[in-house]
Amino acid sequence: MKPFHKFGLAIGALGAAALLAHPALAQTAAAAPAVPSPIPPATVNKGDTSWMLVSSALVLMMSIPGLALFYGGLVRAKNMLSVLTQVFMIVCVVSVIWVCWGYSMAFTGGSSIAGGFSKLFLHGVTADSQAATFSNGVYIPEYVYICFQMTFACITPALIVGAFAERVKFTALMLFMVLWVTIVYFPMAHMVWYWQGPDAVAAAALKGADALAATNADAGMLFQWGALDFAGGTVVHINAGIAGLVGALIIGKRSGFGREIMAPHSLTMTMIGASLLWVGWFGFNAGSNLEANGVTGVAFINTFVATAAAGLSWLLVEQIVRGKPSLLGAVTGAVAGLVAVTPASGFAGPMGSVVLGLVVSPICFFFVTTVKNRFGYDDSLDVFGVHCIGGIVGAILTGVLVDPALGGQGLADYAAKPGTLSAGSYDMAQQVFIQVKAVLFTLVWSGGLSTILYFLVDKTVGLRASVEVETEGLDIAEHGERAYHY
Amino acid sequence: MKLIIAIIKPFKLDEVREALSSLGVQGMTVTEVKGFGRQKGQTEIYRGAEYSTNMVPKIKIEAVVTDDLADRAVEVIQQAANTGAIGDGKIFVLDVGQAVRIRTGETDDTAL
Repeated sequence: MKPFHKFGLAIGALGAAALLAHPALAQTAAAAPAVPSPIPPATVNKGDTSWMLVSSALVLMMSIPGLALFYGGLVRAKNMLSVLTQVFMIVCVVSVIWVCWGYSMAFTGGSSIAGGFSKLFLHGVTADSQAATFSNGVYIPEYVYICFQMTFACITPALIVGAFAERVKFTALMLFMVLWVTIVYFPMAHMVWYWQGPDAVAAAALKGADALAATNADAGMLFQWGALDFAGGTVVHINAGIAGLVGALIIGKRSGFGREIMAPHSLTMTMIGASLLWVGWFGFNAGSNLEANGVTGVAFINTFVATAAAGLSWLLVEQIVRGKPSLLGAVTGAVAGLVAVTPASGFAGPMGSVVLGLVVSPICFFFVTTVKNRFGYDDSLDVFGVHCIGGIVGAILTGVLVDPALGGQGLADYAAKPGTLSAGSYDMAQQVFIQVKAVLFTLVWSGGLSTILYFLVDKTVGLRASVEVETEGLDIAEHGERAYHY
Repeated sequence: MKLIIAIIKPFKLDEVREALSSLGVQGMTVTEVKGFGRQKGQTEIYRGAEYSTNMVPKIKIEAVVTDDLADRAVEVIQQAANTGAIGDGKIFVLDVGQAVRIRTGETDDTAL
């Protein structure tokens, strides 16, 4: 047995090292080739599979009821059910779309912008199909991977609804979401996350530079740039955040905005929702490692402490600026911390994550209080101020916090020693530049395409509910029911 | 008979109820109300949104008492509901023309 070799710097290092510790066993299993391949044989591990199934369910719980209650509590009582219905139905609709064409568009090779249609309706996927992880030779069942990624496709559009809550027409919203996930989200997920996996890179590296270049060129565009986004800072939060802002601007302010009282109807619900988000986010971030190993633990602890630090720093800012620490401030800070740590979760170290959490809240606080009031846009539930801004802070600082010198995990290189994970070369300035480029690209991609889609839906179905409907409340006017009878 | 209407701070309800009961007042009607006087409301802040609510939540107590009890009832309500701070509320006293107990048909003082 080889001595345990520590690859503390790289993604999935522990899983890879554990497998590499048994090369003899691996070779006997695949005895046929004359020259033994350095790439370990593909295996599916029950522990990884179990963790990913649990993670998928946790991320679903983030959307429903987590996000739904977090948002629902923040609107007026007359619009509570409209928000709950919107989030619930987005989950239902996107799940169906995901298995029909979403997964194929996001996670098959095609171009560097979007995937192809080879797995339309999950064509060719069986119980034996496998999806690559971040360790050579380690796979999870493809159905499990599809489910895990499905939950991300569900929550991202659901985040957007907070920006124009209390005034959007339900049918128009659902139509918009079908278009948005198809045209904005699936390509975005493809560009950031799609690649052929560590074994494909290793096999290509063994064949030579041309094969390696071809394999790398099959990956998504931002992946090829080297942009780091562990669990969705760009794909989920900046993407949804900017789409929300554009939507709030196009749909316009709520009638009575700035004159009528639009105070949250139940911060109790909001606290329950935020707490469910925090718990579910362990599946979101730690699950994004696709395996159950040491790096999963890294993402888990980072998710824990960045959130706590951000909740703390938001409250401190409020205490200083306003003199009153509020519950809404505490939970908003926690969500900002969750958002910020999302891209960094598998790359930063715990202390880096604490710093990230402490930094993100004052910035988001400035946006939801000062900037929003200055420009007067009605981003009802601060999707832009918390998700987009928090996502940008997290995405850019990921380029700093990944630095091994700052306790980060470093970059992964699967090609230098094929079949073995080694530490890639890292330059902070260069990495931060790539991160900024990825952020700007996401803002333009999602902001631009969302504008077109909002415009299309507005001109055909009409995005906005009538003033009568808005005044009466979307619950009774659009859904024919009330949240509370008292 | 007198109708006593007292608008008080919500958290003072129990003390006022006990004071009236110990005086021998048999019943009362309590309503959650909103309004304003010199207190002028409160400010609430939700993230960046600041709302000044000019309506403050209060409790309205209505009790009909016999004439001989009225002055002392007003007195104990004033003492029990007093905090010395702005927004303690007000007491109004009105004459009542008639009272009927629905179950028995008894009228006026015996109906109270």
